Formats: sequence, C-alpha cells, structure tokens
Amino acid sequence: MIHWLRFSVLALVFFFSWNTLYSQANFSIRFEHAVGTEALILDSLQYKNVLGQNFTVSKFKYYVSNFRLKRNDGKEEFSKEVFLINEEDSGSKHFLLKDIPAGKYASVQFTLGVDSILNCSGVQSGALDPVNGMFWTWNTGYIFLKLEGKSPESTANGNIFEYHIGGYKTPANCIRQVILTLKERDSEISEISIKADVAEIFKNTVALDLAKLNSVTDFHNAEMVADNYSKMFSILEESKAK
Amino acid sequence: MKRAKQNEDSKKSDCPCIACVVYCSLWVHPGESVFQYIKKDVELKIPIGFPQPLYDLKKNKITPAGFILGRKLFYDPILSKDYFTSCASCHQRFAAFAHIDHALSHGMLGQFGKRNVPALQNLIWKDAYMADGGINHLDLQPLAPLTSPIEMGESVAGVLEKLRNDSLYPGMFNKAFGSDEINSERLLKSLSQFLALMISSNSPYDKYLEGKMEFSSQELNGLKLFRSKCETCHKEPLFTDNSYRNIGLKPDTSLKDSGRAAITGVNEDKMKFKVPSLRNVEVSYPYMHDGRFRNLKEVMNHYADGKFFTPDFDKSIEKAVGLSEDDKSDLIAFLKTLTDKTFLMDRRFADPAMK
Repeated sequence: MIHWLRFSVLALVFFFSWNTLYSQANFSIRFEHAVGTEALILDSLQYKNVLGQNFTVSKFKYYVSNFRLKRNDGKEEFSKEVFLINEEDSGSKHFLLKDIPAGKYASVQFTLGVDSILNCSGVQSGALDPVNGMFWTWNTGYIFLKLEGKSPESTANGNIFEYHIGGYKTPANCIRQVILTLKERDSEISEISIKADVAEIFKNTVALDLAKLNSVTDFHNAEMVADNYSKMFSILEESKAK
Repeated sequence: MKRAKQNEDSKKSDCPCIACVVYCSLWVHPGESVFQYIKKDVELKIPIGFPQPLYDLKKNKITPAGFILGRKLFYDPILSKDYFTSCASCHQRFAAFAHIDHALSHGMLGQFGKRNVPALQNLIWKDAYMADGGINHLDLQPLAPLTSPIEMGESVAGVLEKLRNDSLYPGMFNKAFGSDEINSERLLKSLSQFLALMISSNSPYDKYLEGKMEFSSQELNGLKLFRSKCETCHKEPLFTDNSYRNIGLKPDTSLKDSGRAAITGVNEDKMKFKVPSLRNVEVSYPYMHDGRFRNLKEVMNHYADGKFFTPDFDKSIEKAVGLSEDDKSDLIAFLKTLTDKTFLMDRRFADPAMK
C-alpha cells in the first residue's frame, strides 16, 4: 500500500514537472525603433519633428512590464517581468516572456514604466538595478523613459535636449498602460514585433517645441510627455517564432 | 572565557547551527583584531515601548558578516569620486552620526550642501528619508549622497567597479552573501544592516520610563512642559511623528530650498521639513534643516518669541510661544536626558580602522 502510494506521488510529481516544462513555450517580443518612416540611428541621423525642427537622438531607453496577452475567449496570460529596452543595446529589444505560451490572441497590453509597488520596494536587481541609470536617487523612483539628443533649436548648453520621464505618484504619475489590438486573431502566434516611433513623442497630443522645452527631468511637464509617448507603439508583425 | 560564554549563549538560542556561530566568533577580518561579532551582537531587539519597525528585516536579515561589510563601506572613503569622502566624513559617531558644529553639509572638493547633516538613529522606524522625505526606503538612501555631485560624486557603476577591484571586498561580500558577486543590491543591503542596528533607546529618559532612574525636579518639569508644548510633533518614544511641518523660519534664499514642496509639487509644502527626532539632540548641534541655530537656547528662543516668518506656519508651534526663561532651561534639561551614551559609545559602530 505504502509502496503504491509512493509510486503514485512520484508519478504525479514527474507528470506535473514534465507538463510545466512542456508548456513553457515562451512568447517572444521584439521592439523596433523608428522616427516616422526611418529607422532610429543614434547620433548620426537627423530627423524633423512635427514643427519642422531638426534633431538627433543620442539615447532612447524605457521600461516595459506586466505583459498581458488576451485570448479570443477573454482569458488572459500574464507575465509580471520587467524589461529595460535600450536602443544602445540591441539584445535588450528582443526578449521572451517566460510565463506566456503561444496561442491565439486578440490583444497585447503592457505597462509602460514601473508600477508603484516596485517603486516602493527598496533596492532591486536585474532590469531594476539602480546601476542602469534609470533611477532617481534624490526623489525615489524609476525613470520610465529617457529620450536625449541634440537640436539646433535647443537653447540649452551644447544644444541638447533631455526628457527623463518618471514618477509613480502625485504630482506626476507617469505610469501608462498600452493596449494594442492584434490582427491575426485566429492563428496561433508566438512572436510579435512592436514599433516604437520617436516622432510620435513630439507629436500627439501636444506638439513639443524643442526651442521651448529642452529639459523635462522632474515632475514639471512629465505627464504631458508621458501621454505623448504612450501613443508611440504599433504592431508591426505577428508570427510564429522562427 | 568570553568565547566559552558565547557558545553557551548560542546553545540557548533558537539557532541550531552552533558550528556557524563558532565560525563567526573565530572569524577575524584584517584590521578587525579588536572586535569580533557573533550572531548575538547583531540581533535586533525592539526596545520596550517602540512600535514595530517599518523596515522589513525579513527581506534583509542582519548577519555578522553583512553588518561588518556595511560598517567597512560606511567608513570607506574610496566610495567617493575623490577617494577622500566617506559616509562617516559627515556622519560622526560621537554626534549621533550628525556633523557636529557644521551648519551645512560638506561634500568632496570643499563643496557645501544646502542642508544640515541629520543624526542617524532609529532609522528603521522612518517612513521616508531626507529633510524633504524624497527617499522612500532605507536601502535606497545611501544612493543619494553617493551620487550627488556635491557630496560623494560617484556613479553606482563606479562604486561597484572600485569594490570589485579591491583586495578585501570580494571576500567580504562572499562571507556576507555567499558569493564574490558585488552588485547594487548587496552593497545597499549591507549598508542597511549596519544602519538598521543604530538604535538609540538607552538614554536616561528611557531609564526613567522603565523606573530605573530618577529625574531631577528640573528635568521632571521639563518633561511636563515638553508633553504639553512639543509632543504634538516630537512624539514619544521616537520624538518625531514623521510628518513635515513649517515652523515659521525665514527662508534663506541663497539655499534655494523649498523643502517638501520639491517632492510633492504642492505650494503649501514650501518650507515644510521632516520633523527630526530629538534623541541625542544635545550632541547633534547645530539645529534646523539649515543648521541656523547654534545651540538649544536659540531653538527655544525661536519658539518662545513667536516671531514666525510666514503666515502659513504650523499652528501647533504656537503652544510654545511665551515660554519663560525658567521654562526654557527646564526644557533643555529634559532634552539632555535624551543623550544616549550607550549608543554614542557603542563600539560596534566605531571605525573599523580604529584600534
């Protein structure tokens, strides 16, 4: 009797571990950075914003987290992982969501930024390590997005502009949710490519004037820029992972 | 003899791992020949009458090796860009880790900060750090002075690089955290272990409450006055209610310090600063967020005179308007009972390089 029990417990353990291993079909996410119709190339390429002002980009990094993929039947797959996307580091623009399998999905949702609990949990490692330079030391909180560059219109030293956007509580709550609808609702997919368009940051809803606004590094104007950049994403491709 | 007693104690404790305790008590770090620590030395005891700490020690268990590492970091000037400025440069042990007789903080290369150095004590009961409350967690607090260009001027990556290239630190991180890896989390958590144990709860005032010490009639009257005039903000037993208040000081425009408003963006929070604890206030002069008052008498005069600068000062301070000269002396006599010699002379917090 005892032997039988032992055997069945072992068999169950084996079955479940095998099962979890098997079902860990990682869902793959790719980010591609562009400025309008052109690819984003740091420093060397000059772009124009909606006001016709020239600018170059020297830094573009942001946090994405809490991915949710909604199935056609309304059920959701969720991953609470946090990723730091950095244009300088091409490896950071492609990652796997460990907890999300391939499937037929209707939409993808993610948090643009770092949720408030993680902003109040003390020191962390990995993507959230303060060494990544995305952390305010004088007013605790993660910088959700950094966009830096140069523009002849900027009156700052060296004609630079710097948008460091963050804040998880009043006076500036810049946590934004992004929801993108998927087209291939009825075919099984395991990878999506998402375009992040820097031109959109300068465009909607408020056109940012580089002659007037060359620095956003605390709560002033932060929510306005966050509202703009939360609209910079669109789906490029939905596919079976290669 | 001492070691035998320690082993005996460890048998009594819950820890089954006596071998580990023996190991720790035998472990002597270079330059540590005078002080040795065992688990018991880094045990955190909540003082009688204190609330539960706000810092979660379950997420950062204090160990002898972690504490010793935190202490070395606290006293080590290589953490700064100029290799000369340590945490302890401004946080002196005999001043309850404030900077005695310095109105504004001194950073590297002779730079001045805009605020007075606060005392470091009972930090695990604070809900936020800095006079403006900008920092929400003890683990994150050291990042501010480390990276401020007018304090230690270093980057997080720069600090980690120096520690990784040091001859002693990789071994110390190994003892504290189980491997040689040096990262921000380990750096900051070991500092928190050292800071968490800075508990002041053995002053004559504490002994008076426990019935182990008598107060003079002057001290008794001071306590009575304190409870009727000051207690609203400087709440016992921590002597702060962790709030932010405007006490009617004239802003020093050269400092461009708007206080709490810099964090909240709310106009009414201008010139509000975190209520400091009054424990060890005698030895942590000068006073106020900008160190403008040299001694306790000047502080008393500010409240007693009632010449508050802005109309939107906190009305609680009006209770102290009109204190007599005797009242002031009695209050000061009481405040001096908050000087905790056990804490100020606790050798665990001494510079490890000191023999």
